[in-house]
Amino acid sequence: MSTIQLHTEQQIWDFLREVTDPEIPVLNIVEMGIARKVEVDKAGKVLVKITPTYSGCPAMNAIEKLVNEKLEERGVEEFKVKLDFAETWTTDWMTEEAKAKLKDYGIAPPEKTEEEGDFLKSLSSTKVIPCPFCESFETKLVSKFGSTACKSQYFCDNCDQPFEHFKCI
Amino acid sequence: MTAETKELTKKEAFLNYLLRLADDRLILGQRMSEWCGHGPQLEEDLAMANMALDLIGHATTLYEYAAEIEDEGHDEDYFAYFRDDRDFTNLQLCELPKGDFGFTIARQFLFSAFSYFQYERLKEAKDEQFAGMINKHLKEIKYHLRHSREWVLRLGDGTEESHNRIQESFDELWMYTDELFYMDEVDDLMIKEGMGVDSSEFKKEWKKLVEETLSEATLTVPDWDQFMMSGSRNGIHTEHLGHMLAQMQFLRRSHPDAEWK
Repeated sequence: MSTIQLHTEQQIWDFLREVTDPEIPVLNIVEMGIARKVEVDKAGKVLVKITPTYSGCPAMNAIEKLVNEKLEERGVEEFKVKLDFAETWTTDWMTEEAKAKLKDYGIAPPEKTEEEGDFLKSLSSTKVIPCPFCESFETKLVSKFGSTACKSQYFCDNCDQPFEHFKCI
Repeated sequence: MTAETKELTKKEAFLNYLLRLADDRLILGQRMSEWCGHGPQLEEDLAMANMALDLIGHATTLYEYAAEIEDEGHDEDYFAYFRDDRDFTNLQLCELPKGDFGFTIARQFLFSAFSYFQYERLKEAKDEQFAGMINKHLKEIKYHLRHSREWVLRLGDGTEESHNRIQESFDELWMYTDELFYMDEVDDLMIKEGMGVDSSEFKKEWKKLVEETLSEATLTVPDWDQFMMSGSRNGIHTEHLGHMLAQMQFLRRSHPDAEWK
């Protein structure tokens, strides 16, 4: 392989698809909507913009490191990985494919976000989340907070299994 | 931060503004994290660790941005670990010891409600990165507000014991609420630049939400006209902050160049 090889944006996106979320190893950072932008300038310099899912997500530093390592491993010589806050991450950026993979992995995927209307009035509203194992709607919220910042805990009364739901934000 | 003879620059105001927001969140997040492993039940233990993580995450991004604005080679750890109590500008409300679960919840509710109204306005700030951070934090703050509000209702309208204890917590916290709405030249300049919020604009809404929630929880709203604490935005704190910083900063100051490997 030539050492001065230029990469296309498409190639960079493909490399990024090889980086998985350390906390949800079935998903890559492109499907998650974490990798937001790839720019390759005329000199071949690559800029990758990533955005955190949650402000305190401990995986973010790991992801930044993994992206750096991946680009190096793939022979990208000049690149910069930038944490960008200009856009606010939402679960709506997760692809349908990603949501299906989440479900197969045993995590109830996020629904589409809804207009909140009067947020203060809807403070106590809870949605019905189907069980990722048996599809039953006989589920209840155990806790709004789960093992990671992005998940909440549910219990399925039909198959008697606890499960996690990827919070819809 | 500003000498009396010198006029506040936009850069100084923005730096101060970011540090005030960040300090609130770091100090409250640290207090919240003290519950880790001590929660009344496993789910709440996780909930509080999650909220602490969010708050410390908010502080980190704000400190990072503050370091960029300040441009003196500092980083987020400098602001968290190498400043003294008089340099911290967090609300006294945030530094009070965690107390019992009711006290922690009551404080979290008052603060989350305030942050919610503040951030709802701040998200329109004329700075893309800043507004982006605020929008991100806002989603998480709503979650905290929902959670703490539900617990206020549950504890207030619960047993005699839980009712009395959370009532006492609100009574104790009340004199720290006036500070939430403190404003000075830092706020004035930020508002002028389209980057700040006039907190008097939403004081009524905040009070309404607090009063309605307390009343729904069968609690008595304490007297708004009592003695109120002041001074935190200018580095005046309760006796508790120094002790907390001693614990929080000790390791980093003893081994300033240590790195995680």
